[in-house]
This record gives sequence, structure tokens and C-alpha cells, in this order.
Amino acid sequence: MLFELIGIPPQALFGQLLLGLINGAFYAMMSLGLAVIFGLLNVINFTHGAQYMMGAFAAWMLLEWAGIPYWGALVLAPLIVGATGVVMEKLLLKRLYHLDHLYGLLLTFGLALMIEGVFRKQFGSSGLPYANPLPGGTRLDFMFLPNYRAWIVIASLVICFGTWFMIERTKLGSYLRAATERPDLVQAFGINVPRMITLTYGFGVGLAGLAGVLAAPAYNVSPLMGSNLIIIVFAVVVIGGMGSILGAIITGFSLGIIEGLTKVFYPEASNTVIFIVMAIVLMVKPAGLFGTPK
Amino acid sequence: MIGIGLVAPIAIYPVFLMKVLCFALFACAFNLLIGYVGLLSFGHAMFFGLAAYVSGYSVKAWGFSPELGILYGTACGAVLGLVTGLLAIRRQGIYFAMVTLALSQMVFFYCLQVKFTGGEDGIQAIPRRPLFGLINIQNDLTFYYVVLAIFAGAFLLIWRTVNSPFGQVLKAIRENEPRAISLGYRVDHYKLLAFVLSAALAGLAGATKALVFQLASLTDVTWQMSGEVVLMTLVGGMGTIFGPVVGAAVIITMQNYLAGFGEWVLVIQGFIFVVVVMAFRKGIVGEIQAWWERRTNKA
Amino acid sequence: MRFNTLAVTTAALLAAGSAHAQYSGGTIKIGVMNDQSGLYADVSGPGGTWAAKKAVEDYGAAAKGLKVEVVFADHQNKPDVGSNIARQWYDVDGVDVIVDVPTSSVALAITQIAKEKNKVFLGSGPASSDLTGKACNANFIHWTYDTWALANGTGKAIVQTGGKSWYFLTADYAFGHALEKDTGDVVKKNGGTVTGAVRHPLSTNDFSSFLLQAQASKAQIVGLANAGGDTINSIKQAAEFGIVEGGQKLAGMLMFITDVHALGLKTAQGLNFTTAWYWDMNDNNRAFAKEFAAANGGKHPTMVQAGIYSSVIHYLKAVEAMKADADGAAVVAKMKSIPTEDKLFGKGTIREDGRHMHDMYLVEVKKPGESKKPWDYVTVKKTIPAAEAFRPLGDGDCSLVKKS
Repeated sequence: MLFELIGIPPQALFGQLLLGLINGAFYAMMSLGLAVIFGLLNVINFTHGAQYMMGAFAAWMLLEWAGIPYWGALVLAPLIVGATGVVMEKLLLKRLYHLDHLYGLLLTFGLALMIEGVFRKQFGSSGLPYANPLPGGTRLDFMFLPNYRAWIVIASLVICFGTWFMIERTKLGSYLRAATERPDLVQAFGINVPRMITLTYGFGVGLAGLAGVLAAPAYNVSPLMGSNLIIIVFAVVVIGGMGSILGAIITGFSLGIIEGLTKVFYPEASNTVIFIVMAIVLMVKPAGLFGTPK
Repeated sequence: MIGIGLVAPIAIYPVFLMKVLCFALFACAFNLLIGYVGLLSFGHAMFFGLAAYVSGYSVKAWGFSPELGILYGTACGAVLGLVTGLLAIRRQGIYFAMVTLALSQMVFFYCLQVKFTGGEDGIQAIPRRPLFGLINIQNDLTFYYVVLAIFAGAFLLIWRTVNSPFGQVLKAIRENEPRAISLGYRVDHYKLLAFVLSAALAGLAGATKALVFQLASLTDVTWQMSGEVVLMTLVGGMGTIFGPVVGAAVIITMQNYLAGFGEWVLVIQGFIFVVVVMAFRKGIVGEIQAWWERRTNKA
Repeated sequence: MRFNTLAVTTAALLAAGSAHAQYSGGTIKIGVMNDQSGLYADVSGPGGTWAAKKAVEDYGAAAKGLKVEVVFADHQNKPDVGSNIARQWYDVDGVDVIVDVPTSSVALAITQIAKEKNKVFLGSGPASSDLTGKACNANFIHWTYDTWALANGTGKAIVQTGGKSWYFLTADYAFGHALEKDTGDVVKKNGGTVTGAVRHPLSTNDFSSFLLQAQASKAQIVGLANAGGDTINSIKQAAEFGIVEGGQKLAGMLMFITDVHALGLKTAQGLNFTTAWYWDMNDNNRAFAKEFAAANGGKHPTMVQAGIYSSVIHYLKAVEAMKADADGAAVVAKMKSIPTEDKLFGKGTIREDGRHMHDMYLVEVKKPGESKKPWDYVTVKKTIPAAEAFRPLGDGDCSLVKKS
């Protein structure tokens, strides 16, 4: 390894680190939504990948069918996807809260299959083009940084920080956290707990949709895009500690970087490295890096 | 049960039946953990798939006889089970699932990278040599009865295990682990043993499947395969002795049957998943049992 | 529970009572097996089934007194699912010939079964050139393309026009390795060099890191030895990261017209790739494409779908000439002995190793301004004659080829 390390000029290494950070921004945003949903609802949302895909498709449909450009989709698509999440929660998920986590996971897994199937049927499997709204880029010393990738990092940082702040530092967030601990008590204060939970799920799903819109110009908009990602994002959440929002964000970014470095030194393993990290972390810290053991 | 097994090939295509039996065994092995110890493994494909590879390879490249190949696959499953068990057994719930998932992803990566597995093309054209040097298993019908015997043996073993004192301790651990500890049982020891047994049986299923299809491939090691076995067990009924068998039969039949629906396969599979979780959480066998008990209680 | 009870049956029901006992089961049964819902569903999928039915119809099977039935199934790109269906089809459901199978690993499994059961397998979709090499047998014909032909067509043309140094982005599985090796050999044989390769896991989302490594290699050509979503993502991101602007060129080793559609011309323009068939080449093809699009939601046919059509026509021709379909090896031998001809692939032959010989085409993706109608995506730059397009007979190690 060390020999190879020397073989790579520091310039190239900087480039790879930066790319890792960009990917990390994605993982952070995706796992943030998962962590919010798990932390506040105790549901392991396997539909997250499909909802991310729906976000990307919503952006595409808004552009093709309604002529609404990227920046409009950035606001509208997460709302649409979030709304489907609200419907899902009201119709199905709600009935499973009193059961083992397992059932929530299985239900959302089944839903993910259905959603993906319908999109494949409708749009085919090879995907659709979506034009880059911020073409061009900046030539740095060590690499060419496309404007759009820079935008992804900024957007992700803002969203992650905003969500963390809202849940950990505002009154609304404190209600939410209280509602998950003692729903009966919060209800007694006159707060509509079921509605709050529904909206929380909608919010988490909306985050997945938002990540999807951000992904549309960079990756291929295809029905399969979510299922490739979900299992990795899952691992990120577990490593960070299930339900820990800060954990999800920090782990997302760091794993992006670790994965980026693996892509240089042992590219074949770049999909596997996250699982190696996960195994090691769970051996040493059973509840994940930022989780609290129960 | 056995009776049905004996006459089934008259009406149904034997290769299909063998596939059902292999997956039924796989699901039973998985159910041993989730149903009787309360451990959700999300990496059982690693035992199934790895055993398929090693038995396929040993038969094809080293000229092992089928019984040796199957035994060798089972043994490899057990050893892998011991290693992963030692690493994972102290974790619980979703963390246990995640550790097993992580380990199985590593096994997947290993299988993808090493030469002997043949990458995603897999090991093809694994020969079916005579069993014990005597029985010609080229014929699908003969081989079906061999597979049926393997399945029956393994199923009996599971049944005995579940109903033995050992099985009672496992159930006690599932119901209330702290109490089992306070009663002086070495809980981790029991769990590990159950885990190794489950892994070995999953390995047996995989090794047999490699000979049935004369092929071992990457599909068997993917996390989707681990998910599939969860689905089978859930549909059939977790923690019931016949549930996994019924579940495997239903799912495999469905996959075959749905092949004619082409692009709708995913949607229908997902829909069944949702219906089971929403309405038939005990699974087919579990619901029937519950219905039977309600009926007898009333009377 | 069997396929035949469910499968959509088409075509060619003959007036009752006529004796065709020489056809096994009384009918000629064609099983289209491909990916109906996954990664390759657009490449063949339901459109492939349509093409097979169309071939039966165009052949005039009914008028000629042949009873033909088309069934289909989804192999989900899994070898065990595919081989399970194949066995059941051949053993129980009376399928005489399996066509398509666009996944090499599944196709490798099915050639074995076709041989074991002495039936016929006509591969339009699979890529691996091993199918007519080490894994060849007397029951299989490889119809449309293979990795060697793609590597040769694209690789040679690019080296000859000055793209001497290559760097590969390879999908880390057997198919990707084969494509990389075949292309590398062609490049070297024509006086080029391979400066390196990076192997990425299958179904990768983000290619930026690999592209950066390709960029650092300073090679003139970045060869994409991958397929489907991986190819699409790498091309899309190469545009974003200014690979092409920086003076390097991309070469997609395996591309279908549906991939160009997924990328959009803006991103895909200028790409070169090799194909066996293109819908806008002549009136026959255009007419076929028009009907295809009308029946398949506006999608246009790929070379794989056209290949299915062509292979089914030729199969029916051979079976009709023999008046029997039971002995698979004999049918294949007959198919090899008569020249092929149909409206989509024109004239051709089938070599003794099972390779269908026809011209291949090097095409270039148009600029957005040049595209005049829907799916007007490429211009044909060069026709590669059949004799040059495929691997020389002696190089494949096929056991059917007599060593001189």
C-alpha cells in the first residue's frame, strides 16, 4: 500500500479527496433522511432508495411535461415526493408502529419493489437524460471542478446543517423528540402527535426526493438508481449510529472520502469498503459511532 | 408430507421440485435462527452461495463424487458460520442483521475476485457423477429422490433440534435473554451453536442446488438472495416448523409462474410483500395455526 | 402452473386436422427468453418478443401450413433462473428453440442445456465471444454480435484514425475483462498502446474518481469496457468533468441505440461505436422500425431485437426445409448449410463454429442539430465486411472446428 501511496502524486490525491467529499455530501443527505425517520419513528425506511429515484424522475417530468426548470424542480419535486410519503404513512406505515422494526422494514422493502417496478414498466430501464443546469467548471491546480459538483456540496451542507439545527435546537424539534419518547405525555399537552409523526415521515422522504433532484443532472436518471444506492446508505446510517442525525452527517462525509481513496488504491473494492468499515465499527462500538446503546 | 414428496414428480416437473426443496431447506435453516433464537441474519446467502461454489468446484475441478462435494460444501458453510458467528453473535436486533450483512458483502466480494468462482459467469457444467459410485443421478427423477432424502434428513434434524432440551433453551433465550442468563445458561454458547448449525444447513442447501442446476453463480451470494430467504420465511410463517417449506414453495412457484408476466414481476412481488406484512403477519402456516387454535378453543 | 398455459400465444394456427406429426408436439414452439424488467429490458425485453412474433408473421408460417407458437419468459439476468426455465421449456413445455438471452452468464448455462437435451439455442443478445470459442457446441448459433467483433470494429477504426494510446474503464466482472482484453489486443496489433486500466465495481453511481485517473493517464482514448447504466453514467460524467474538452476521446465498446437515447445527443455526440444493425439504414429497416415503434411505445428497435427477427426467420426456413424440428443438432446443421437471407440483415452465412457472419457497422452519434426526426441518432461511418468483422475461425479454440 505504502509503495502505491508514494506512486501517486499529491496533486492527484487532492483531487480524489475532493471527489470523495462530493460523494460524501450525497451519502450524508440520503442517510440524513433515513436517520430522521428511524430516530423519530423507529421505522427502517427501505423505500428510501425508491423515493430518491422518484425525486429524480419528478424533476425530469416537471421539465419535460410542465416545462419547469431545474431550480423550480428543486423546490417542487421534494414536496411531491414528500406528499407521496405522507400518503404512504397514513395508509400503511401507521398501522405498524406497535410492532417489531422488522415489519416496517419488510413493508417498505415491498413498497420499494412496487415503485421500482412501475417506473421500469413506464420508463424502461436504461434511463433518461437530464441536462446539467450549471455547465462548465473551474480549473483548480489539481483537477477540474465542475460547477454542478461544487453546488452539490454547498446544497448538501446547508440542508444537513439546517435539518440538524431544526431538530436539535428549535422548539419544534424538541416537541418531535419528546413525542418519540413519551407520545402520551406530549399528546396531553395538546399536540397532535400522529400528525407530527406523519409530517416527519413526509419530511424524511422529501429529503430523499431532494437528493434525487440533485442527482438527476449528475447521474443517470433511471429506475435502478436507488436500489444501487440504498444498501450503502443503510450502512452509513448504521455506522453513524441508527437515528443519530449528527452521526449520519459526519459518517456520510467521511465514508465518501474513504471510498474515494479506495477508488485510487484498490478500485475493485470501492463498493465493499463501506461494509468492511461497518463490520469493524460494530465490533468495536456496538451502537455505531454516535449511537447511544439501549 | 413425505407422501406428497414421494408422489409429487408424477404431476410436477422434477427439476422444479428440486429447486423448491433446496430453497425450502435454505429457508428452514434461516428459520432456525429467526424463529427459534430470534436472530435476524441478513447475510445467509453467504453460506448458501459459498457452499454452492466450493461443492461445484470440488466436483468439477477435483473430481469429487457428489456426496463428497455436498459434504465439503456443508463443512465450508459450517466453518464460515463459526467465523461469522464468533464475530456477530454478541450483537442484537438490527445490529446483528447489519454485521451479518457486512460480512456477507465481503464474502460476495471475495467470490467476485477469486479465480475459481469464474466471476459472474459462475461455475458452469458441473458434472453429476454417480452417487456413491452406484446411483446414476443424471436422470432428474432419480436425483429428485436423492434431494428429497437430503431434505428429509435435514428437516428431521431441525425438528429434533427444536424439540430437544437444546431447542427449549434457544426458545427461552428468544423469549427472555436476561432470564436465561440468570438461570446459568451460557447464552452466547447456545446462540453460536445454533448459528453454526443454521449456516451448515444453508450450506447443505447451496451445495445441493449447485448439483441440481449444475451451476454455481454469483446470484446465490448477493444480498438480494439473503432478502429472498427472509421473504420466504415471512410468507410461510416465522417460527413454525412447516412455514419455511410452504413459503419457499409459494415464492418459487410464483417466480416461475410470474416469469410469463414479464415486466410486472417486480410489482406483483412487492405487492404480495405488502399484503403479507399488512394482513397476514403470521405467514401462511402461522395464520392457519392461529385459525385452528381459535376454532378448537371455541368448541 | 406451466408457462404454456400463461404465455401469450400468437400466430399461425393452421386449419385443423392436417398431419404435421413430424414436428415435435405438432407445433414449432419458439421460446424468447430475455430480461423483461431489469437492466437489459430495453435492449431486448418485450420488444424482443414482439420481434419474434413479427418474424413468424412475416415468414407467412400460417400460409405455409406451419403451426408456430411463441412463448416468452424473464430470466432476470440470473443463470439459475434462466437454466430452470430452459430445462422446463425443453423437457416439459415442448419448446424447440430458445432465442435471445442477452446475458452472457445465462447464455453460457443455456448452451450447455441445449446440447444436453439436443435442442436449439439462437443467441441474439449475449456478448461473450466464448460462446463460439471455448464454449461452442453443435446446438448453438451466435447471431448478432460478440465482444470480439465490437472490440475489433471500434478499436481498429479508432487506432487507424490516430487514437494510438488507450486507457480502459472496465467493469470488474468477466464480461468487462473480456472486452478490455479483446480491445487491448486489437489496439496493440494495429500499432497502438494500452497505458493502463481501472476496474470499477458493477453498477457504480459515481465515476468521477475513475475518470480522473483516466485523465491523469494522458491517454488519447478512454475505452469504456462496460455496459448499460455503467456506460451511460461514465459518458455523462465524462462530459461534466471536461474529459472530452481536455482533448481525450471516449470509445464505448458496447453501446446500443437505447443507451444513446438515455444519454441524449447533447452528451453522447461524437461517440463512436460498432453495431450490427441500425434502423435508419434502408427502407426495409425503416419500415420494420415504424411498426416496432407503433407497437412498443415509440421505442425504436435495437440490433438485438433485429437479430431475434432475423434468427427466427432463418430457423423457420431450416425447419420447413427439413419438415422436422426434433433433432436440434440436425436443425442447426441445416441452418449452417443454407445461406441466410432476410429483410433486416440481408445475405449472410453461418460458420461451422456457430458464428452468424454478416457485415458490422461503425457509427458515430450525431450532433443535436443534425438529428431530423425521433431516434435519428447516428450516422454510419464505415461498413466492416463480414470476413473482417468477426474473429478468424481458427482463433477461437472451438472444438467444432477441425484443426488442419
